[in-house]
Amino acid sequence: MNRREFTAAMLAASAAIPLGITRAAGQPKGGTLNTIIQPEPPILVTAFNQQQPTLTLGGKIYESLLKYGADLKPLPGMAQSWEVSPDGLTYTFKLFPGITFHDGKPMTSEDVVFSCMKVLTETHPRARQNFARVASAEAPDPLTVVFKLKQPFAPFLGCFDCTSAPIVPKHIYEGTEFRKNPMNDKAIGTGPFKLKEWVRGSHVHLVRHDGYYRKDQPYLDEIIYRIIPDSASRALALENGTVQLVQWSDVEFFDVQRFKSQKNLAYTTKGYEYFAPHQWLEMNNRVAPMNDKRFRQAVMHLIDRDAMNKRVYFGNAKVATGPISSKTKFYDPKVKRYDFSVEKAITLLDEMGLKPGANGKRAEIKYLVPPYGEVYQRAGEFFRQSFSKAGIDLVLVGTDMAGWADKVGNWDYEMTQNLLYQLGDPALGVARTYISSNIKKGILFSNTQGYSNPEVDRLFEEAAVALDEAKRQELYSKVQQILVEEVPVAWTLELEYPIIYDKAFKEIVTTGIGSHETFGSVYKS
Amino acid sequence: MTGTRSTARIGLLVAAWIVRLVAIILVIATFNFVLVRAAPGDPAMVMAGQSGAADPKILDDLRKEYGLDKPYLVQLGTHLARVLTLDLGYSYRQRRPVLDLILERLPATLLLTLTAFCLALLIGTTLGALAGLVAGSIADTVFTVLSLLLYATPVFWLGLMLVLVFSVTLGWLPPFGYETINAKHTAIERIFDIMKHMIMPVISLAAIYLAIYARLMRSSIIEVSHQDFIKTARAKGLARPRIVVSHMLRNALVPVVTVAGMQAGALVGGAVVIETVFAWPGLGRLTFEAVLQRDYPVLLGIFLILSVIVIALNLVTDLIYRLIDPRMTTEAA
Repeated sequence: MNRREFTAAMLAASAAIPLGITRAAGQPKGGTLNTIIQPEPPILVTAFNQQQPTLTLGGKIYESLLKYGADLKPLPGMAQSWEVSPDGLTYTFKLFPGITFHDGKPMTSEDVVFSCMKVLTETHPRARQNFARVASAEAPDPLTVVFKLKQPFAPFLGCFDCTSAPIVPKHIYEGTEFRKNPMNDKAIGTGPFKLKEWVRGSHVHLVRHDGYYRKDQPYLDEIIYRIIPDSASRALALENGTVQLVQWSDVEFFDVQRFKSQKNLAYTTKGYEYFAPHQWLEMNNRVAPMNDKRFRQAVMHLIDRDAMNKRVYFGNAKVATGPISSKTKFYDPKVKRYDFSVEKAITLLDEMGLKPGANGKRAEIKYLVPPYGEVYQRAGEFFRQSFSKAGIDLVLVGTDMAGWADKVGNWDYEMTQNLLYQLGDPALGVARTYISSNIKKGILFSNTQGYSNPEVDRLFEEAAVALDEAKRQELYSKVQQILVEEVPVAWTLELEYPIIYDKAFKEIVTTGIGSHETFGSVYKS
Repeated sequence: MTGTRSTARIGLLVAAWIVRLVAIILVIATFNFVLVRAAPGDPAMVMAGQSGAADPKILDDLRKEYGLDKPYLVQLGTHLARVLTLDLGYSYRQRRPVLDLILERLPATLLLTLTAFCLALLIGTTLGALAGLVAGSIADTVFTVLSLLLYATPVFWLGLMLVLVFSVTLGWLPPFGYETINAKHTAIERIFDIMKHMIMPVISLAAIYLAIYARLMRSSIIEVSHQDFIKTARAKGLARPRIVVSHMLRNALVPVVTVAGMQAGALVGGAVVIETVFAWPGLGRLTFEAVLQRDYPVLLGIFLILSVIVIALNLVTDLIYRLIDPRMTTEAA
């Protein structure tokens, strides 16, 4: 961040504070929001579990220093302002006064330092990688936190949303075994809602945190998260008004269209900008014929991604052009495009010598179907049909969640489908899939396909530490061009999950993390 | 002196029974452990997978915490030692005692499955007996077709159709859940509320068992009605109601009790589909999720509890045999 950008960020931050206060005036208070959580989270402490439902629910209970707008720029969270030193090494956050935990104890900068440097580095895989870059973290006074980095890390300001750096109470966790702390059941955070009751298998009941530091917030009295495992029952619950909000994959893609036309409901795909779910066909680059770039390029030509979006995802996606989502920072549309062309694919396959055998088949490839619902099975069938046109026989292999994780994490697969979040910055959510240093056997969501290119490694590393945005764009543009040419994975779609809610509720989506937000500003008109 | 010897003998019998029970449970616990661990998958990696990121140190820490870094036989030994001390351990995923998790869910499952079971048994055997008594009539043909239809109907489909009719179209019954959330009910109102929530899941679950018991009872009645002792009873001039109640029903019930005894155990753990469709907070869902997550302690705990329930139900079945057929007591003696 240069001085000009820093000043702009400060202005934006200072502008956001009065905006929040202005909004606070005159909003009607009270009301219950019924919504869905699925699958049921194992625990509500987001520091110890980062499963999507845990984050959706825990986002109301735990907060962090910042939030991020739809443009992924930082907004005040528990920090009312922040400064970055010109060398990009020192980050100083000023906290809002009067923040309290749900047990009434004050939240201070000590809690922030303890959470980030002691708890999260032990329990939160993403945070552990981010805070490993910190040389020291200090709390010079109760409202000031200073992080000093070992070397510049451009997206450091992007590491403080409630899902990446939730703040937990030091007075509860210090000196204990964090994961086994009996207070985990109480889920003590600073968020606008606190846990009243969790009836396992039935519902989680959150009620207003009266000591919340933002004036008049929260407006709602309570939020009830219902656990409804069956997707047809979830759709029914939305239809008949039992619940007033659904998010992520609460309703199946094929159901979304009919809810768009239900008059009392509002529909949006906003609120997923920070996560920007990016999907691809993953090919084990170690195994023939996927170890040949021409084969992978042929795969790109064989997938009619527009048709895939329409037929499998019912239009709830956008065609992906490369490794970086168009919804996140540093996306470059000026990359090589692979149009749907069976002829081009066949030319490439012939060129590499992969000719049809006596049975007309060029290759037989095992495709491990991800066990995350029917849509993944349908996507697998779509791939099989697409590949058969070029004589490639895709054999679909079923497994369960644990089996899939085991096989992909240990590189024991040929092809599968994968989906990762982009996390607001390529250095946080994209590089991990392509850099050589992240080829780690036994580690899921690393560079499991085994792609390695020293130039790509260098570009990602330089872009992560460059403080100038234009320079970063230049580096990321280069890396996108190389990756799209080499096709380490076949990018298919940018998924656009819906948020569907009763129009009586306002301010449901206010930031780039959408339904993971605190919902302090949500009100019922 | 005789009294002392008799007490000692009973004591020995009880001790032998307990030793046998413990041995059976240990064998079951070992078998469960081997079976559960035979499936591919690592709980730590599943958890990392759900977090969308993984880190080698955190994975190692988790494996160490769960004891998964220890040799297989050591893990088995730890498991068996826990079983002997009635300690079911901690859930990997939920980080709570397994016993607590099971006890939270067991009442809802027992309420659902036992109600469905009793209903199916009562209505099924009654209808089956009536059909058997009028075998070959139009009523019997109608009964046979309907029971076959009920038997062939998928449980989840029936559940969804009931929801569509009674919740969506008519609005009479709540579509899912165990009770109305956040309602300020009195104790009596709460009981009625739960009963209202139970109607559709119980019907869906009972339907297939009702068909099974009815068909079984029908054929059993037909078989018994051709036995010599029935002919003798008729020749003796006994009234038909007495023949039916005292001779036919008692004998026809034996195969039904055998099948019901076997199915009761399966019912307790096997209501996954109905619990899913109706968002019923029971043991079936807990089991299903534990399988997906490779939450070994929860799975092993549930299997163990179910094994004990099945053993207990077998005991009850044996007792019922002896009640309805005194010959079994004599034979055993």
